[in-house]
Amino acid sequence: MRTGAMGICVMCLLLLAACQREKRDIRPSPTRLAIYGDAAKEDALRPGGPISPQPVVNNPYNGSAYDISEGQRLFNWYNCSGCHANGGGGIGPPLIKQHWTYGGEPANLFDTIVKGRPNGMPAWGGRIPEYQVWQIIAFIRSMNGEQPRSATASRQDSIETNPQNIVNRVRGKTK
Amino acid sequence: MLDGVSRRPARHCAKYWFYFALSALILSDPMAAQIQNQADDGQWTMAAKNYASTRYSTLNQINTTNIASLKLAWTFSTGLTRGHEAAPLIVNNTMYIATPYPNYLYSLDLTKPGAPMKWMYQPHPEPASQGTACCDVVNRGAAYWNGKIIYNTLDVQTVAVDANTGKEVWRTKLGDINLGESITMAPIVAKGVVLVGNSGGEFGVRGWLVGLDAETGKIKWRAYGTGPDKDVLIGSNFKPFYAKDRGTDLGMKTWPGETWKIGGASAWSWISYDPGLDLFYYGTSNPGPWNPEQRPGDNKWGSTLFARRPETGEAIWAYQISAHDLHDYDAVNENILLDLNIGGQLRKTLAHPDRDGYLYLMDRTDGEILSAQTFGYVNTSEGVDLKTGKLKLNPTKQTGYNTVRDACPAPPGAKDWQPSAFSPKTGLIYIPHNNLCYESQAVPANYIAGTPFVGMNTRMYAGPGGNRGVFSAWDPVQAKTVWSINEMFPAWSGALATAGDVVFYGTMDGWFKAVDARNGHPLWQFKVGSGVIGQPVCYKGPDGKEYVAVLAGVGGWSGGVVSGGLNAVDGTAALGFANAMADLGKYTTKGGMLYVFSLP
Repeated sequence: MRTGAMGICVMCLLLLAACQREKRDIRPSPTRLAIYGDAAKEDALRPGGPISPQPVVNNPYNGSAYDISEGQRLFNWYNCSGCHANGGGGIGPPLIKQHWTYGGEPANLFDTIVKGRPNGMPAWGGRIPEYQVWQIIAFIRSMNGEQPRSATASRQDSIETNPQNIVNRVRGKTK
Repeated sequence: MLDGVSRRPARHCAKYWFYFALSALILSDPMAAQIQNQADDGQWTMAAKNYASTRYSTLNQINTTNIASLKLAWTFSTGLTRGHEAAPLIVNNTMYIATPYPNYLYSLDLTKPGAPMKWMYQPHPEPASQGTACCDVVNRGAAYWNGKIIYNTLDVQTVAVDANTGKEVWRTKLGDINLGESITMAPIVAKGVVLVGNSGGEFGVRGWLVGLDAETGKIKWRAYGTGPDKDVLIGSNFKPFYAKDRGTDLGMKTWPGETWKIGGASAWSWISYDPGLDLFYYGTSNPGPWNPEQRPGDNKWGSTLFARRPETGEAIWAYQISAHDLHDYDAVNENILLDLNIGGQLRKTLAHPDRDGYLYLMDRTDGEILSAQTFGYVNTSEGVDLKTGKLKLNPTKQTGYNTVRDACPAPPGAKDWQPSAFSPKTGLIYIPHNNLCYESQAVPANYIAGTPFVGMNTRMYAGPGGNRGVFSAWDPVQAKTVWSINEMFPAWSGALATAGDVVFYGTMDGWFKAVDARNGHPLWQFKVGSGVIGQPVCYKGPDGKEYVAVLAGVGGWSGGVVSGGLNAVDGTAALGFANAMADLGKYTTKGGMLYVFSLP
């Protein structure tokens, strides 16, 4: 009886996850490129102690398979891969990592892409529509296993370039 | 010269006697007439030591008999942690060190104990330029000319600094980082003209080489690597040796549409100069993007050797080594100018160890190939046709949207920028090189100005034998390897040869080594603080002693895994080099430091 209830619960959860996976923004918002600088703190030091609760900026495309896949396409399309390779970096720093120079929260990544950073990261504001920035962020987060496995691509047919595959391999998961 | 005499009939007596007298003069001291036997005052005034680019010092205090007692004399920290590829200069008992970004210039007083700093010059390059350098933010050194130290900044400027005071004399902006341009090369000055080329073959730049007035910094001319003949400075005196390189506006017509405008062919590396012929020599980079499917055609003048006049930039001959380059085989490697006896004739040659794995020995008067043999493992081609000058490509290793595996050498080539040395005493060229193969698959590359334009996923790994580097001695007359030393990592430092029959080079795991110039036997080594990718130099100190100096500080394309903190979990990082260098961090850490050695 208990296992049955558990099973139903798990099924419901899986269904919910599947809903998120299939979520599709048919008409993405037009380019706004709001700067989230106030929300996205890049430093842990808070002079005078913590202040009122920080607004949390969520990526609208978290967990959406379509948008993560689009993010991967755009990551190549806008030459992000030219500097960051498939997450390992090159001209730019790696994106498969734990410690971020300018913060790794979605709002930080948004700021980084839109405003640029002073040591070589171009300022893409006005070039990439806001919804695409979020799609790219969704993909970047997937490189670090910060998206549900159910929403990320499992394999590619060609030379292995999907970092999620690599992450999975490194973590001992099957492809 | 002798060769010239035998070819040209004397028209009248006066001329005949002139030639006779000249021949007699030369015969009395045949060695002195050869370009590789350059006068040496014990200084080091340009990165390659001399115009012939021999990196050979006539100093012989440190030699095979006493080198075992070579000791550290003093050190100097640059305060920087990116790749240090430069050669220090030594002029008037002062040492000058050009650093990677932010391109500091240090001046050290060699007359005082410990060589204290005289001054430091900071050009303040635009920080964003770090995003336009393909392969670490390196700088390969400066050149001394008429009281000035002249060098380049990452953000596409050339600066001249007063060698005594450290005050800026002039500064010229040559390009735009927003077009993906940067400069990492060491300039040379020939006939009062500073020769500087841009980097950016991975950014869809249009390559160029400029000539600047060394006194004022004014641009005298600019020779583009692509485009119509008038832009490439090809005129009526342009006479390529091979038919494949002849025609009108080939820099435009061998490209689809207007892609030549973003076709690379930059000039980011070495320049040699023959004052007798009044020709300078350099090679151009790969055509862009790497993805060859986006640029059907020969893609002239990518991967090409040029001979030009310094005062006008006018092209005299060109030889395209890799037509429609498939593997990022830039032709930028050094050209060592040597007068050699080939087949019973003294020929004015240049020796060019190319990325594609062949050492091209060419007649530097006209661009004829005298020999082209492999100095490393090669399977992407099957030889060079000396009749047509064409590289015979292996059809099974042609890159594109198909996946190609086990292609050798990999994009950094059997040898990259790391410059060789030549000893007139042994007649051998000392070549630091790579032993890497790779797999690749092209993806469509979008051109967005100021961002990379590559379109190729690659992964490199060690070539046959498992060693990723080799240091070898090459006989340019016999066109074969005489001895070689395997290295764990690519031999990414420059080489230095001395009259003491000692050859110096450094390794990426942090050993600075000396070997016997005749047989490669190890003689001495010293563990420095970080991997060596710099160019060792040799000089006579104010105390009359011989010193050997080298910058340590791992980085560059090969060392980006450490200097850039890359994650080799993604083997395509650093254009696929990370895959081959994943373990470098176990052997070295970053940090720029100068090491100077002498006998006790």
